[in-house]
Amino acid sequence: MIETRGLRKSFRSRAGRETKTVDAVRGVDLDVARGEIFGFLGPNGAGKTTTLRMLATLIEPDGGEATIAGADLRKDPAEVRRRIGYVPQGGSTWDESTAREELVLHARMYGIGKADAQRRAARALDAFQLTEYADRKCKTYSGGQRRRVEIALGIIHEPKIVFLDEPTTGLDPQSRAHMWDEIRRLRGDGMTVFITTHYLDEADALCDRIAIMDNGEVVAEGTPAELKREISGDVVLVGLDLAASPQAAKALDGEPYVNKLETVDEGGLRLYVDEGATAIPQVLRRLDHAGLELRSIELHRPSLDDVFLTKTGRSLRES
Amino acid sequence: MKFARDTWLIFQRQTQLLLRNPVWVFVGVFQPVMYLLLFAPLLKPALNAPTQAAAYKIFVPGLLVLLAIFGGLFQGFGLIAELRAGVIERSRVTPISRLALLLGRSLRDVVSLIVQAVIITLLALLFDLRVFIGDLLLAYLMLALIALMTSAVSYGVALKVKSEDALAPLMNTVAQPVLLLSGILLPLTFAPGWLQGIANWNPFSWAVDGTRALFAGDLGSDKVWQGLSITAVLAALGVYWAARQFARSVR
Repeated sequence: MIETRGLRKSFRSRAGRETKTVDAVRGVDLDVARGEIFGFLGPNGAGKTTTLRMLATLIEPDGGEATIAGADLRKDPAEVRRRIGYVPQGGSTWDESTAREELVLHARMYGIGKADAQRRAARALDAFQLTEYADRKCKTYSGGQRRRVEIALGIIHEPKIVFLDEPTTGLDPQSRAHMWDEIRRLRGDGMTVFITTHYLDEADALCDRIAIMDNGEVVAEGTPAELKREISGDVVLVGLDLAASPQAAKALDGEPYVNKLETVDEGGLRLYVDEGATAIPQVLRRLDHAGLELRSIELHRPSLDDVFLTKTGRSLRES
Repeated sequence: MKFARDTWLIFQRQTQLLLRNPVWVFVGVFQPVMYLLLFAPLLKPALNAPTQAAAYKIFVPGLLVLLAIFGGLFQGFGLIAELRAGVIERSRVTPISRLALLLGRSLRDVVSLIVQAVIITLLALLFDLRVFIGDLLLAYLMLALIALMTSAVSYGVALKVKSEDALAPLMNTVAQPVLLLSGILLPLTFAPGWLQGIANWNPFSWAVDGTRALFAGDLGSDKVWQGLSITAVLAALGVYWAARQFARSVR
């Protein structure tokens, strides 16, 4: 559905008298299949939005190629526009108009006739549970309601692909869960959904496949399960008093089942092991034997953050 | 056909939003009425006009041109608000004509200016101003062309600077000399030669002269066709330039 090869974009920024060229996106190759929710995960400034805006015809790539829903992005952006929907990050509704007016107008901008546009607006309002507020001004809506209007705008013309730029940023947990359901519903209707996010749990729970982006490049791509499988083994977090940590480290270092050992700053150890379930009893026995009292023990399956950490050397939470 | 439909669509939407907030009518008419009531009475002695009505024939056309210039130049602020709300970006991902996005808005500005102009003309009738309807319609055409140009340019500049903080001083800087050099408030017949020389290079001064000639019932005057031609050319250039800004922001 989306195929890109070597997509590039750099911006010139002026700081005082010097012009600096910032390579926002440095050669992105993507293959997104029909009917999947594809997630673009990465920290702020990784180039996610720039890539998305290129794919949505809003900015012209400096280089590379892309085919979107069968149309060539470079040669025929007008046709791409007809086949995609785009929901920007910062909102797209006007305070003084109502959801219904916005939906009708937006449908008509795609060349849809008035009566048809009104029917579509009514259907979209119903599908997104907005009928009750349909004729109130947008400025009276809650964040979640407004986001639903915006998503409804993005799909009013029944595109093959919809691009959602950080669709849940700024929403409370309940609205977020609600939004995930809406996005899954779009997939259920046969649409391909391309989202950007910097939430790990969102990428993990919602997306069929993800690409992790850092510093303008895709550093990993696959299903969340595949990516996590690449990180071999589990992590056992052992909670200890600060004073006891060095002793425990000495006791466990060199044990055959411990691949790697790190001390945690606040006290405690992080053990990288092949199989958490068999390692934990042995850790407990060893520490008991050494006469060390532990405060807690936790088993961590690798998360997407660990994937990010191994690929970039930083944690996504820190960046 | 698609272009006309798209333009109409944007025009309708913008007009609807404007009507929803009728404060603009009050604001747009209040100031010119203040000029009519509090400034115009000074003109009869100052201009040495034989009657109050004669003074109005000079002052009202200038006032209307002033409205057209300023009303248009400050429309960019609305566009910046729309940029910020994401409304423009949302329009850009649709196949709607880029020129329609501009013209639909500018035509709304032209229509709202003409409404203001009609209200002011009607009020001036109470002060014994008399104009032939044909001349008046031509004068309105001149005003419409001026407003089309200034509003299009304002939108184009707004797209470039993208911030109210930059747009306000920029527009004021442009508007002030244009205003002073066009003889809007007082005719430049009183001006010393060097000032008139500079004013000859100000296209709005030609527009004001043309509009005054029309209000004076002097349809045959060269000033009429000169003013109309100059403003028509400027309007075309302004729309062309602004349309390029719209098209360039996205292909």
